[in-house]
Amino acid sequence: MSIQKTSLYSAIASLILLASCGKSEAPAHKENNELIVKIGVVAPLTGPQAHIGKDSENGARMAIEDANSKGIIINNKKVHFELISEDDQADPKTATIVAQKLADANVNGVIGHLNSGTSIPASRIYSNHGIPQISPSATAVNYTAQGLKTTFRVIANDGQQGRALGEFVASTLQAKKIAVIDDRSAYGQGLADEFERSAKSYGGQIVAREYTNDKAVDFTAVLTSIKSKNPDLIFFGGMDPQGVPMAKQLKSLGLDVKFVMGDGGFTPKLIELAGDAAEGVYASQPSLPLEQMPGGSNFSQRYMAKYQQPIQQYAPYCYDAVNVMIAAMQKAASVEPEKYLSELGKITHAGISGNISFKENGDIKGGSVTLYQVRQGKWQPLQTINEDGIASQD
Amino acid sequence: MDTLLQQIINGYVQGSVYAMVALGYTMVYGILGLINFAHGEIVMVGAMVALSVVQLLINSGLPPQLVLLFSLIISVSVCMSLGYSIERIAYRPLRKAPRLAPLITAIGVSIVLQNLAMIIWGREYLAFPPILPNNSHRFFGAIITEVQILIVLVALIMMGGLLLLVHQTRLGCAMRAVAENPTAAILMGVNTNKVIAITFMLGSGLAAVAGLMISARYGIVHYYMGSILGLKAFTAAVLGGIGNMRGAMMGGLLLGLIESLGAGYIGDLSGGFLGSHYQDVFAFFVLISVLIFRPSGLFGGRIAERA
Repeated sequence: MSIQKTSLYSAIASLILLASCGKSEAPAHKENNELIVKIGVVAPLTGPQAHIGKDSENGARMAIEDANSKGIIINNKKVHFELISEDDQADPKTATIVAQKLADANVNGVIGHLNSGTSIPASRIYSNHGIPQISPSATAVNYTAQGLKTTFRVIANDGQQGRALGEFVASTLQAKKIAVIDDRSAYGQGLADEFERSAKSYGGQIVAREYTNDKAVDFTAVLTSIKSKNPDLIFFGGMDPQGVPMAKQLKSLGLDVKFVMGDGGFTPKLIELAGDAAEGVYASQPSLPLEQMPGGSNFSQRYMAKYQQPIQQYAPYCYDAVNVMIAAMQKAASVEPEKYLSELGKITHAGISGNISFKENGDIKGGSVTLYQVRQGKWQPLQTINEDGIASQD
Repeated sequence: MDTLLQQIINGYVQGSVYAMVALGYTMVYGILGLINFAHGEIVMVGAMVALSVVQLLINSGLPPQLVLLFSLIISVSVCMSLGYSIERIAYRPLRKAPRLAPLITAIGVSIVLQNLAMIIWGREYLAFPPILPNNSHRFFGAIITEVQILIVLVALIMMGGLLLLVHQTRLGCAMRAVAENPTAAILMGVNTNKVIAITFMLGSGLAAVAGLMISARYGIVHYYMGSILGLKAFTAAVLGGIGNMRGAMMGGLLLGLIESLGAGYIGDLSGGFLGSHYQDVFAFFVLISVLIFRPSGLFGGRIAERA
C-alpha cells in the first residue's frame, strides 16, 4: 500500500510537470535589443530540507538582481538575467525531471543542485545538452569525477572535508574510539566513508558504523547500540533535520560523547532547534569562515536586510556561483553555453567567499575546510585546514 | 542486559507513537472502509496549532500546565473541525463512488494540507518549547524520560477510551451498525451522516493529541512531519489488522519493537554483513510474512465483524 501511495504521488507530480512543460517558451531576444539570459537554480524548496534550499535560492536571487541593476553589456547588447527556480525535493528522481525541464527551456546555465544525491544524476542531463552546471554545495567526490566537461563546484569536496574532519577529530580532539553514523544519501555516505578512512589513518579506532535515513527523527535504537560500545566521539554524515533530534537523544540517553557533523550540520537552525543539546557540537564547512571571507560580513548584512533572517548555509556560494557564471559569459563575450564553457574552466574570479578558479575536473582550486564548535549558543570557528592538510590555528 | 532493556523501552515508546496515529487510521477504516491518507497531515496540523498556541501563551505568565491544557483544547478543536470539513467536502460526495475515488481524494487532501501548512507556518523547522516535563529516570540501568512514560500512557488511554466508546455506548452501537451495513443502519433509524462525521471528528481529535505528544518528544515541528509518520502508522495498522483497535495498538508496538531491536542488533547478529539501514527492510519483511499467513492482519477483522 505504501508503494502505491508513493507511486501515486510521483504520477501526480509528473503529470503536473508535463502540463507545465507544455507552455510555450519565451523568446530569447526581446524586441528592444535586450538579451534575455535564463539561469536555472535548483534546490529542495519543499520537504525536510526546504529551509536550506530556500536559502540557496535567496543567494542566487541576490546575485541576479545585482547583475541586472549593474546593467551588464555582453557583445554590445544589454543583458537581462532571469532566474528560473526549480524544486527537486532533494530527491534524485525528481532532480532528473527538473533537469530535463530546464534543458528543454534552453537555460544558459544551471546553479545547483543543493545535494550531491541530486546533482550527480542531473549532471548527466546537463552534460548531454552542453549546459554548464555550478553546484554551490554538492560536496560528494563523485560529482566531478564522472569525466563530464560541464560540472563545477565552488566549495571543497568531501575528499578534502572528510580528510580534514578525520585529522581534526584524531589529532586535535584526541578521540580514540569513534562511532560513525550516516544517512545513506550520496552526501552523507560519501562524507562518512572519507571521514572513517581519514580518522583511521590518524590512529582513531572505528568501534561502530550505523545507518539511518534522511527522513528519520528517532535514533534511540542506533544510539543505544552505539552506547554499548563506549565510544568517546560520534560522527554523523547527514543534514541538520536529523542532527538536531540526534543531538537531543544523545543527551537524554546519557551518552557523554563529542558529537561531530560535516557541513550538513553547520546551520544557525541547528542551534535554534537543539537548544541546550547543541552546546559543544562540532561541524565543518568546506570554505573559510564567513567573517574571514573577503565579502562575508557585507553580504551577510545585505542578506539580513533583504530577507529578515540570517544566512542558513549556502547562500554566499550560490551568490558566487551565479557571479562566476556571469563573469565567464562576459569574458567569452557570449551567453551561449558552448562559447562560455571554456572560459569558465579558465576563470579567476574574486568572489565574496574567496578567489574562485577551477581545476581540470571542475573542483575548486585551493579549497579550505573550517571547523566550528557551538559555544554559548554560537558557532565559533576553531581552525581552518588547507588543501595540503596544514592546519592554521585561530 | 541494560542495552537490551533500553532497546525494548526505545521500541515500546516509538511503538506507542505509531499506535496513537494508527488508531486514527483504523477507526475511520473500521467504520467506513476508507483509508484516510490525510490522517498523518492532521497530526501535523495538530502539532502546528499546539505550537502556535504555546508560543502565544508561554510568556503570558500562565503556569505551564495551563498553557499545555489550552494548547491541547485549541488544537483538538481545530483538528476536529478540520476533520469534519474534510469529510463534508472531500469524502461525503464520493461515498457512493468506486473505492479508488475516495482513496485518490485522500491523497489529494493530504497534499493540500501539507502545502497549506507550508504557507501558514513556513518551510523552516520550528522548535517546540520543552513544555512537558522531560527529566530522565534510571530503571534497571536503562534510561526513560517523563515524556516517554506519558506517551505510553496516553496511547493506552486512547485505545481504552475508544474500545469503551465503541462497545459500551449508544454512539458506539450506531458506529458498529454503520460499519456492518450502512443501508440497514439507515432503515433502523441511525443517522449515518452524523455517525460518520463524529467518527472523523474523533479520529482528528486523537490526531491532535498525538501531534502534541510527538512534538513534545522530539522538540521539533515541520510541515512535512505527517507524511512519513502517517506511512509508518498505516503500516502498523495493517500489521495489527486494519479496522481493529487492539490490532492498531499491538501493530504499533510490534512495529516499534521490530525497528528498534532490528536496528540495534542486526549488525552484531549478522557479523556486520547487514547494518542498521536494513531496519525498514526488516519491518516490512515481518509485515509481508504476517500478511501471507494472516491476510487480515494479526488481530484481523473490522469493528463490525468482531462485534
